[in-house]
Amino acid sequence: MNARLFVLLLLLPFQAMAQGFAGLGTDAAGFSQPRSDTVLQFPADHGAHPDYRIEWWYLTANMTGPDGTPYGLQWTLFRSALAPRDGQGWDSPQLWMGHAAVTTPDAHHVTERLARGGIGQAGVNAAPFSAWIDDWVMEGPDINTLRLTASAPDFAYDVSLNAKGPLVLHGQNGYSVKSAAGQASHYYSQPFYKLYGTLTLPEGDVPVTGTAWLDREWSSQPLAQDQTGWDWFSLSFDSGDKLMGFVLRGSKDYTSATWIGADGTTIALLDGAFVVAPLSHHRVAGRTLPVEWQVLLPEKGVDVVVKALNPDAWMATSVPYWEGPVMISGSHKGAGYLEMTGYDD
Amino acid sequence: MLLSLRDVTKTYPGAEAPVLSRISLDLQAGEMLALTGESGSGKSTLLHLTGGLDTADTGVVAIDGIDLTPLDEPGRAALRRGTVGVIFQQFNLIPSLTVAANIAFQARLAGRHDPGLAQRLAARLGLNDHLAKYPEQLSGGQQQRVAIARTLAPQPKLVLADEPTGNLDEATADTVFALMCELVAETGAGLILVTHSERLAARLGRRLLLHAGQLT
Amino acid sequence: MTRTILSALLGHWRRNPLHLITLLAGLALGTALWSGVQAINAEARASYDAAATALGEGSYAQIVAQDGAPIPQQNYVVLRRAGWTVSPVLEGDLGGVRIVGIDLLTAPRGIGPVSVDGGADLGAFLTGGGQIFARADTVANLPDTGAVGIIAPHVAPNTAIMDIGLAQRLLGRAGQIDRLIVSPEQPITRRPLATIAPGLIETAPQDSSDVARLTDSFHLNLTAFGLLSFVVGLFIVHGAIGLAFEQRRQMVRTLRALGVPLGRMILLIAAELAMLGLIAGLVGVALGYAVAAALLPDVAATLRGLYGADVSGQLTLRPAWWLSGLAIAVGGTAVASAGALWSLARMPLLASAQPRAWVMARQGAGLTIASVGLLLLAVGLAVWGHGLIAGFVMLGALLVGGALALPPLLTLALRWGEARARSPVAQWFWADARQQVPGLSLALMALLLAMTANVGVSTMVSSFRLTFIGFLDQRLASELYVSATDAAQADRIVAVAETQGVAVLPILSVNAQVAGQKVEIYGARDHATYRDNWHLLRAVPDVWDALARAEGVLVNEQLYRRAGRDLGTMVAIAPGLELPVLGIYGDYGNPVGQVILNDAVFTRQFPGVTALRFGLRIDPSQIDGVRAILRDQAGLTDSAMVDQASIKALSLSVFERTFTVTTALNILTLAVAGFAMLMSLLTLAEMRLPQLAPVWALGVPRRNLAALDLLRAALLGALTSALALPLGLTLAWALLAVVNVEAFGWRFPMYLFPLDYLRLGALALVAAALAALWPAWRLSRMPPVQLLGVFRHER
Repeated sequence: MNARLFVLLLLLPFQAMAQGFAGLGTDAAGFSQPRSDTVLQFPADHGAHPDYRIEWWYLTANMTGPDGTPYGLQWTLFRSALAPRDGQGWDSPQLWMGHAAVTTPDAHHVTERLARGGIGQAGVNAAPFSAWIDDWVMEGPDINTLRLTASAPDFAYDVSLNAKGPLVLHGQNGYSVKSAAGQASHYYSQPFYKLYGTLTLPEGDVPVTGTAWLDREWSSQPLAQDQTGWDWFSLSFDSGDKLMGFVLRGSKDYTSATWIGADGTTIALLDGAFVVAPLSHHRVAGRTLPVEWQVLLPEKGVDVVVKALNPDAWMATSVPYWEGPVMISGSHKGAGYLEMTGYDD
Repeated sequence: MLLSLRDVTKTYPGAEAPVLSRISLDLQAGEMLALTGESGSGKSTLLHLTGGLDTADTGVVAIDGIDLTPLDEPGRAALRRGTVGVIFQQFNLIPSLTVAANIAFQARLAGRHDPGLAQRLAARLGLNDHLAKYPEQLSGGQQQRVAIARTLAPQPKLVLADEPTGNLDEATADTVFALMCELVAETGAGLILVTHSERLAARLGRRLLLHAGQLT
Repeated sequence: MTRTILSALLGHWRRNPLHLITLLAGLALGTALWSGVQAINAEARASYDAAATALGEGSYAQIVAQDGAPIPQQNYVVLRRAGWTVSPVLEGDLGGVRIVGIDLLTAPRGIGPVSVDGGADLGAFLTGGGQIFARADTVANLPDTGAVGIIAPHVAPNTAIMDIGLAQRLLGRAGQIDRLIVSPEQPITRRPLATIAPGLIETAPQDSSDVARLTDSFHLNLTAFGLLSFVVGLFIVHGAIGLAFEQRRQMVRTLRALGVPLGRMILLIAAELAMLGLIAGLVGVALGYAVAAALLPDVAATLRGLYGADVSGQLTLRPAWWLSGLAIAVGGTAVASAGALWSLARMPLLASAQPRAWVMARQGAGLTIASVGLLLLAVGLAVWGHGLIAGFVMLGALLVGGALALPPLLTLALRWGEARARSPVAQWFWADARQQVPGLSLALMALLLAMTANVGVSTMVSSFRLTFIGFLDQRLASELYVSATDAAQADRIVAVAETQGVAVLPILSVNAQVAGQKVEIYGARDHATYRDNWHLLRAVPDVWDALARAEGVLVNEQLYRRAGRDLGTMVAIAPGLELPVLGIYGDYGNPVGQVILNDAVFTRQFPGVTALRFGLRIDPSQIDGVRAILRDQAGLTDSAMVDQASIKALSLSVFERTFTVTTALNILTLAVAGFAMLMSLLTLAEMRLPQLAPVWALGVPRRNLAALDLLRAALLGALTSALALPLGLTLAWALLAVVNVEAFGWRFPMYLFPLDYLRLGALALVAAALAALWPAWRLSRMPPVQLLGVFRHER
């Protein structure tokens, strides 16, 4: 077993998410399971749920610089539990992983942090809200007003976020089904952030403004055994409407989506309502991925082409995947983020 | 009687027939004897037994009335040092010593070193220019002259010469042989010469032929 | 045709099994010692590397507390949250096993167990009872911890790697960290260390681990021995091959006359030799493995005791090692036979087929010129050379030059003896010994090198021992050393000591950077202990008074040599504090530089540093009493109090182990040289008959000749020893004054050990006489017919 393998082992739960790991579905010993009758409580549910196996605080942002150059950024804190309990000191079974990225039309900067729970190096408090790993923070008096920082040897950012709309619950009051067999997670978002701040890039500091979208999700058995990965879209249209949709690829694809009106009202869209088709592919990190998609939601008259701002937005982290900003054209205009997992080389 | 051999027999280990078989022989002081015979007839063996270089299986070898056969190696070595002098066909000399040291060597071993005699012998043998040289720097004839001087320097009673000129060309051989006979005669020692040269054998007073281990 | 030629060639070895044995045994013995030593070194290096990798030494910068105290775990989190990507390490001792606690999540890649045999589970490693990664023998040595032992062959010997949480629990050091490994990639927003954690300092990565630097000198000794043994082996091989070529000249000439092309001939001979080299190499490597396996436990004990370096006591068969053993055997054969093949290639078809062994006698002039040239080169390098490479070239030139000087010097000495000889036998004895020198010169050179190495290395090791013991005496001047766990206990110790009327010498130290180097700064109280015991290598007059008046600092020899801080040079200790060097002291076994300040200056400059260690000056008879009082009143454990005598006893026992190894190698190299001598004498015995036969015929008995032969061998051994002594002392001087200084930054005085040399000389005589015993015995039994044959046969 080498050090590299160690890291992979460490990330077993994340790996399970990304790769459709077979064992996870049946081995949730002692972990809590998402229930459709759970009523999410805020601000408590902004905090960590150590009795669930995995959880994340996932923020993506579409921004522009003073010269109109589009940028994207990502800030993610993953929590992975070796056992369904919390704890103080090194004995805590809670492990943390941070991913941060900045995407420009020409470059994609990525970095990663790992930390043990229980010693204060990483964690999440619900109120006042604070999520951190090392010197990276997402914190503020409440979830609507946040400061977000991350740093790496080659880039950093420091931005402020202000929510201009309500929280959005996906699926059935935040109970989001992931397969026909009933695998599910708790899933809500805050897609209405306005953002301003500074990106520090190798070329220098760039003041930026834009919008951001926070996803919160936790579960203990997220994928069905036959599911190998997913394509996930968060799209913000110029009309103010938003669309979250994903396709879980398996022996039979499973789709789910949420139409979010400009006022925050939601329509949960069941399997099959959200339709995507790859239009063109790109070779990155030894794999071929679709970086241009046709996205259809006939119910809302959506027929758009979603195209990666930078097709090389590969996350070369311990668990690799593709995550980057996209531009929307067609029936609706706008910008968003695309995540693709499970594309093995 | 200088030398007296009685019923001397010698068989080399592993050999079927004895190389010498019941040999008897007498030699007077001053007498010069040529011993001839074909290769393997036992000439050299007879000489070696006489010189105490090897031992007889049976029989008596007496020099000056002293029997050699009961002597141990140190005793025979002492005999070789003082009483008998041997000149071989070649490789007589000690390579690591100079000509002068070679000439003096045996006399000094015997405790009878006479620098005057050694000097005279060297002069007679024409070695005066070569005294500081080492044997390998000399010609074959010169080496044998050194061997003669070396043998005569301790004034032995008996000189044994085993083909002393066998490795030399005829002219050199004649010169060296003549010198040897002359010098031996001057000392009054007895001489046994082993050779298969009829020409040289004819020059000595007494001749014996050895054939198949027997004197004839 | 090839087959016919080969069978003719190989026929020589069938008829002369002795030559074959000489060739094979010489090569095998040389290879054995060389590869044995290499195996030991490789094992040790692998152990150091494993340790350095696991502990992040070498390739990573480190953060430690300035006062050497543990770092609170909270400071680790503070550093991480300030943007420092650092990883914590906790070290300690548990039942004699070195415990290393790490955090796998933050450790740079490559830190930690590189491979385990199976059963590793991250969840189990991080939480619950935990998992411990170690070698099988270490796992067996661990006390029962409740954790699962996992076999990990590449973990350093006697080291157990585990999660830092488990290490804190097992060592009873909750919330403590010893040091932080600094990842080479740091975020751009990282804040300066001084503003986040003022008590911590960052040290640059070391070129090599401290342990490796310290132990280099030890391995250097081993390597020198191994190389010399191999060279000695090559001398034997060269002799054997030379003889075989001489004796086969006749056959080569005949074969060529029969139409065998020269090229094919040479190719086949080369192939034959390569095959023999390979066989000997295999035997040598196997023997080397045995030698290494036998010596390794002592070597490991020495390294652990002397330098605290853990080396596995078990030998691993590394392909790189045995392949290099084979390569050096074949390569050595090639070197040894190159000359012979060359002369064969140039031999005219109708050249004399006579053996030319004695021709060597006339090579004297060439040897002398080469020898003088090499010795001049050695002198030149000693005077003007700089750097380690120059040092080694100098050693090589000295040794080879000395070896080449042997035959001419022996000839001179023997000529002198011959001129003074009275009796003819004595005269012949000297003359014949001189005649034998060319034939024996290779064996004698081998003996010379073996003895030189022995004198040189044992002088160095013994000098080191004496110096080190003297150094311990000055450094360990206090009778009792105590360590407090915290400042409160330190205060209690001082208070208790004062009530007992015991002088207390606080040991104040911080880590710092001076002249770009990692150094330790010590604060010394003005006390008679220092004035009475410390011997400075160089100092200004009244150095202790000057130090007490804070007029300057003392530096250790390493800092003086590496940073050029000579007497009077200014040393910048901290911003705004620059003081001149007042004295330089020897500091053996320490890889880093040191600066000693007056303790008042120290306390002013580093107010946060309190002394946790103290030296107590006590009447030796009262040590036990003071121990008991400190235990009762200051709460000190027995392990926190070490008396001077036991430290010294430990150091001495370590040196005894060193001597075991050195002595074993001494004897082995001498044995190889003795073997060379035996083989040379045996082969010479046949060629010497024309020398002996006339002397025998003129009346010197065989027994006397044999006795003279023995005496002659002993004489040659004695003369060789006589030359080996000055050469060995020069070697020791070169090792001490050139190589050690270049390699380790310190020089220690050279002591002489006449009794040892005498014993060694006696050993050499015995070796030479033993080697001559069998040939002499054969001579005393030689049938007269064989001697008489000389005069008859055309040779």
